[in-house]
Amino acid sequence: MLWGSNARETHPIYFHHVLKGIRNGASLYVVDPRRTSSAQWADRWLGIDVGTDIPLAHAVGREILQAGLENRWFIDHATSGFQQYREAVQPWTLERAESVTGVPKDSIRELARAYAAAPTAQLCWTLGITEHHNAVDNVRALINLALLTGHVGRYGSGLCPLRGQNNVQGGGDMGALPDRLTGFQHLENDALRVKFERTWNCVIPPQSGWHLSGMFDAMERGDLNTLYVLGENPVSSEADKNRALRLLRGLDCLVVQDLFLTQTAEIAHVVLPAQAGWVESEGTVTSSERKVQRVRRAVDPPPGARDDMRILFDLANRLGHDWGEPDAEALWDELRTLSPMHAGMSYERLERLGGIRWPCYDESHPGELFLHGRLWAQPRIGPRAPFGPVEHRPPVDALDEEFPIRLTTGRRLDSYNTGVQSGLYSSPLRWGETLDISPEDGRRHGLAEFEEVRVTSRRGSVVAPVRFDPGLRPGLAFMTTHFPDQVDTNRLTIDAVDPKSGTAEFKASAIRIDKMVPPKAL
Amino acid sequence: MDLHFTPDTPTESEKLAVDSVLGPAQSRWEGGERSEASEGQTSRGGFRSSPGRDLLLPVLHAVNGRVGWISPGALNYASRRLQVPPAEAYGVASFYDLFALSRRPPVVARVCDDIACQARGAEELCDRLERSLGPASAGARGDNATWVRSPCLGLCERAPAVLVTGSGETPWNRVVAPAGAAGIGAAIGGRPTDSCDLQAVSNSVPQAGSQSLRLLRRVGSAASETLEGYQRDGGLAALELALAKGGGWVLDQVEASGLVGRGGAAFPTGRKWRAVASAEGPKYLVCNADESEPGTFKDRVLMEGDPHAVVEAIAVAAFATGCDRAYVYIRGEYPRAAERMQAAISSFEQAGLLAPCCPIEIRRGAGAYICGEETALFNSIEGYRGEPRNKPPYPTQSGLFGRPTVVNNVETLANVPLILQRGGEEFAAVGTRQSSGPKLFCLSGHVSKPGVYETEFGVTVRELIDLAGGVSGTGRLQAVLVGGAAGAFLSPDELEAPFTFEGMRAIGAAVGSAVVMPFDDSVDLSRILLRIAEFFREESCGQCVPCRVGTVRQTELLERLRSGRPLGSVRSERLLLKEISQVMRDASICGLGHTASSAVDSALARFPILGGGAQ
Repeated sequence: MLWGSNARETHPIYFHHVLKGIRNGASLYVVDPRRTSSAQWADRWLGIDVGTDIPLAHAVGREILQAGLENRWFIDHATSGFQQYREAVQPWTLERAESVTGVPKDSIRELARAYAAAPTAQLCWTLGITEHHNAVDNVRALINLALLTGHVGRYGSGLCPLRGQNNVQGGGDMGALPDRLTGFQHLENDALRVKFERTWNCVIPPQSGWHLSGMFDAMERGDLNTLYVLGENPVSSEADKNRALRLLRGLDCLVVQDLFLTQTAEIAHVVLPAQAGWVESEGTVTSSERKVQRVRRAVDPPPGARDDMRILFDLANRLGHDWGEPDAEALWDELRTLSPMHAGMSYERLERLGGIRWPCYDESHPGELFLHGRLWAQPRIGPRAPFGPVEHRPPVDALDEEFPIRLTTGRRLDSYNTGVQSGLYSSPLRWGETLDISPEDGRRHGLAEFEEVRVTSRRGSVVAPVRFDPGLRPGLAFMTTHFPDQVDTNRLTIDAVDPKSGTAEFKASAIRIDKMVPPKAL
Repeated sequence: MDLHFTPDTPTESEKLAVDSVLGPAQSRWEGGERSEASEGQTSRGGFRSSPGRDLLLPVLHAVNGRVGWISPGALNYASRRLQVPPAEAYGVASFYDLFALSRRPPVVARVCDDIACQARGAEELCDRLERSLGPASAGARGDNATWVRSPCLGLCERAPAVLVTGSGETPWNRVVAPAGAAGIGAAIGGRPTDSCDLQAVSNSVPQAGSQSLRLLRRVGSAASETLEGYQRDGGLAALELALAKGGGWVLDQVEASGLVGRGGAAFPTGRKWRAVASAEGPKYLVCNADESEPGTFKDRVLMEGDPHAVVEAIAVAAFATGCDRAYVYIRGEYPRAAERMQAAISSFEQAGLLAPCCPIEIRRGAGAYICGEETALFNSIEGYRGEPRNKPPYPTQSGLFGRPTVVNNVETLANVPLILQRGGEEFAAVGTRQSSGPKLFCLSGHVSKPGVYETEFGVTVRELIDLAGGVSGTGRLQAVLVGGAAGAFLSPDELEAPFTFEGMRAIGAAVGSAVVMPFDDSVDLSRILLRIAEFFREESCGQCVPCRVGTVRQTELLERLRSGRPLGSVRSERLLLKEISQVMRDASICGLGHTASSAVDSALARFPILGGGAQ
């Protein structure tokens, strides 16, 4: 099941494996407001209204319970909070879910029964679930389904957020999170923190830091006035770009370390040219399946570009700390002494085995093919997995007569995020930014394809050509952020942020489309 | 599904043609009208939303039959309905000779100019048509009709032969054979000809009425007309026996009979059945009725003349091997056989006779000789280009839809009721030790009474020619082609060879499809060789290089030798011809390439033609 994911375009290599599964007889269900190219491969596409994932998930859960298809043994053995969950889903009859999500009830029933009855089932999601003001609730609603049916912790059954980059997982693994140290060890846990302090011979602030949207709020308050950005381009990627630009420009000091002179680098006080992590540096990456793999320096970097590690070491030196000579393997070995889940991953083993999935506690440990197997152990190991009795909260940017069209955002096959990496090469599939709308909406507004229109939200306005996509229904529009120099889509988006994840609701803005007035009529 | 469509849209009648096979489209995503209310928020997709790729060929037939050609819009619609990439659907449509991918007149006369018809005036007929209708493939008569040259139509006993097809809401066809200008004119006008009735069928069997006939006994008789007549005549006894005594008994009898395949490969039928019977299901039975070997028409006569016996045999085979579905793949140029087989299958169904066996479905070929190769036939049924697969795996392991499959030729199956009624041992006693049972032979070309003849195995080539009234034409025999275009030429002093598997092998020939085609001494043998080479050039599927290139080079070489303009010397050209023949034999994927040069080789070895003495 792909929920809020157009993996055919956003994870094409992964999707090749999905296609192999389909060839071998696997069923595919896709939940997505758009009938994407992934949805075309699905046995059933469920085209929900943007932001109604929880009603749909709850209706699926209720239908599974109604049909008696839940995994009663697993629920009793390994979960908690089932009663509250049952009560939370109770109001979500198929009929009510149909009226809220727009998906015909027969399709919801089909999905529920197929998921519950499948011997093994993977539930994968992407930003369609997480780029919402209630992202964590959305994720929990999906986890509920896996707990209800026992589709977790078994070979072939599981939950999987498909990560957006080769090393998003690795960033988290290494502690690039506001509340965790390396190996997901909680910063506010004194014993864990002290372990790091001893090794590093320093004091670590004992409180969690800010996540990205928290940082912007702190800038707004004046609590944050120096920012060091490594490999990010927030000017182009943040929702509500007008605000992001204003806050970044107001900083006392903005340092950007990047391969390219991004829009953010352009307004920085200091730019530190970096080497490419995957071809000019030594180290490791972690893929979506928790597999740690070696990366090696294959080409020399261009003159002036420097290794991230060396830049950091030099910076430390200027700040009065001598860390010595940077050495990727030595750093990794130090990490292995601090992060138990990486302890068994020597460079030698990573190279010999072609990568190892964490956790890998010692050098005789093969790594784990899947997580959460403990839930099935008898007697059970560790705590029960809790159901999350979450509730539906519709998108913040409501539709009304002035802004009647729902704009959602995403990616296209040949381009990547703000175009920093992908804009450098040409693609025959690329037509620049467009506002994709249904052919019906095009007719309604009297538009010809590729005619420029003004698109306006409560926050800003851009001009973009329209393109007709029969995969969209009337009232639904789609844009990307691939071409910020051509169309600044994030002037339209809303920075309504999920307090738990810090992610903004890129997926749901309310917009209006206005036909451009010909100049001579002015 | 990553399907990329052109902007072309189907016409109403093209939609109706596709829908006649698949039913109306359920949603806009499947090619129907876009309805905002019902379909904006759910859809089916993927492979499971396709009614089955194997319906592609029937759909293309429906469009071609109704509209006369397959337009890009029709291909788009068919592809959308079946979830087949339009480029692949185009690849399939363009694979078959009977389909047109550009607009052409609704009435098409296919004039056979293949070897048997060559010997009986095909060229003169083409000349006359060119004068009256204009050049081949051009429109004529107010663009209502056109004519084209065709490879063997399987009507060799009534040469020269013409098949006229008309497209429209009810597609129609007429056989004109032997063809004259008047008959063709009438057929193009849509008027019936007398070539299709019972009388014509029995005309194809000069031995009709003879007591010695077993396989051909009912052909043309009233007993072949209805299931009741068939039953009164002793039909269905084999099916009853099989059901009473069980599949194991059937397998024992067929094995004991020594029956080997009549399609050309001579594989023991019992062993094939045993392998599939012991395999896990689902599994399939395919009756190979894609009889396309030039000079061959025995299967057509069986299907037209005694269809119930063929259906009974299929039912018995499917029962004994435990198959879940049976397909009869009938070549597209045999509309009459397809109609009669369909009628017989329907009457079996209505009588409940297929219930203990399995459903039987007819699939029509569309003009591709290669589809007679069993694995190409599977691909064709499955909706792919009819390109042969590599073997192994063999059909008994992985055949149709990748499942264990029994594939038998029509004549092979027709022997099964005889075996069960008389017992395998008695059947084995007929004929020779290695070639048991009765056998059908296709006599055409220069014989006085062309037709299908039945004898026991062991008869010599000369006896067969005598049976057919001796050499006609000038009465002076020049050469005999045996086994078909993929067979071999014999010289007049080789006629005492027994026409058995072992007898033919001994003189470097093969039984093949049991073609016996004598040519008198007025025939330009090199012209016949060139026609055979052209045939293989046209029919090579193009999948593997030795055959795709070799068949073209062979044709060019023969043309150069015939015109007396060799590149280098005649000797070097003939050496090159030999070498090409060797490469095709060694390196082609399937039998087409293996045998594409055998008739040419055999003729050049025996006759002082094309600049060489007999070697």
